[in-house]
Amino acid sequence: MSRPRPEPVQVIKSRRDAALAALVEGVPYIGFLGLRFDRRGDELTAIMPFDDKLIGNPMLPAIHGGVTAAFLETAAIVELAWSLMWEEIEAAGGPAPEAVALPRLPKTIDFTVDFLRSGLPRDAYARARVNRSGRRYASVHVEAWQDNRAKLFAQATGHFLMPERA
Amino acid sequence: MTDAEQLALARQFIAVIPHARALGMEVEEMGQGRAVLSMPWAPELVGDPSTGVIHGGAVSALMDTCAGAAVMAHPNVTQVTATIDLRIEYMRAAQPGQRIRAEAVCHHVTRSVAFVRATATDDDRARPVATATGAFTAGGASEVPALSASPEEGGA
Repeated sequence: MSRPRPEPVQVIKSRRDAALAALVEGVPYIGFLGLRFDRRGDELTAIMPFDDKLIGNPMLPAIHGGVTAAFLETAAIVELAWSLMWEEIEAAGGPAPEAVALPRLPKTIDFTVDFLRSGLPRDAYARARVNRSGRRYASVHVEAWQDNRAKLFAQATGHFLMPERA
Repeated sequence: MTDAEQLALARQFIAVIPHARALGMEVEEMGQGRAVLSMPWAPELVGDPSTGVIHGGAVSALMDTCAGAAVMAHPNVTQVTATIDLRIEYMRAAQPGQRIRAEAVCHHVTRSVAFVRATATDDDRARPVATATGAFTAGGASEVPALSASPEEGGA
């Protein structure tokens, strides 16, 4: 039995990157916070480069708790939307990058943030894990760190309402 | 301190928080463990481009700031506070173009922890956009995780 020749790696990469870019660049608030998403295969890392406007306590200084919450919530939503898009992106042969339809975004039902230490004036990173992805609801956990991966500065769990399937 | 003096102080305090400025937050009321803050809708804060609805994260930032302000407006709290935990429930999408108004009440304070409930609305005050409950630090700064982090802990 012969299997079809795999697509060139550049073709796969550019399709995945285009789909991710379309998802991220479509949301104005992601640009407002200055967030970027780093991709390794299907694994995403959200990056929040430090900026003065993210400060909540000018004396320390420390990142605003609300910014930390927003960063984690955004990382969770993008991870969830990305996981919903992935199958289509990877479909046999694969659609052209511009043909990958953006999913309607999941809606947050609730989001609980655990602030473990103050956010330092440095870049922050976050990775989310979809623990349950049902037809109507999803549960996502997200961890954020700065200098050391093992020393989280915040973690969160959120529940999301899934978008209607087209 | 009178409520008017406290309000003036709170406005000064919020004005020096860079992120509160970035979101255009304004203090409307403040005093006795209660705070009311609002911020305008803005195109750069949109979270869902298909509807123009503001991102939940921006609402979280307003709720967190408002809750922190309510803690500091409590007569038994003298120090700057930090969030230990914040849970937000989103009831409905905020109407695009309308101001978001958050009201927070610090309903209980112990020696080291302050407990807060908050509600956010748009122009329709009868139907909340979101509610939140939070625990905040109150005094005892040395035990407080959020205030104990020092630069040497991490290392660039």
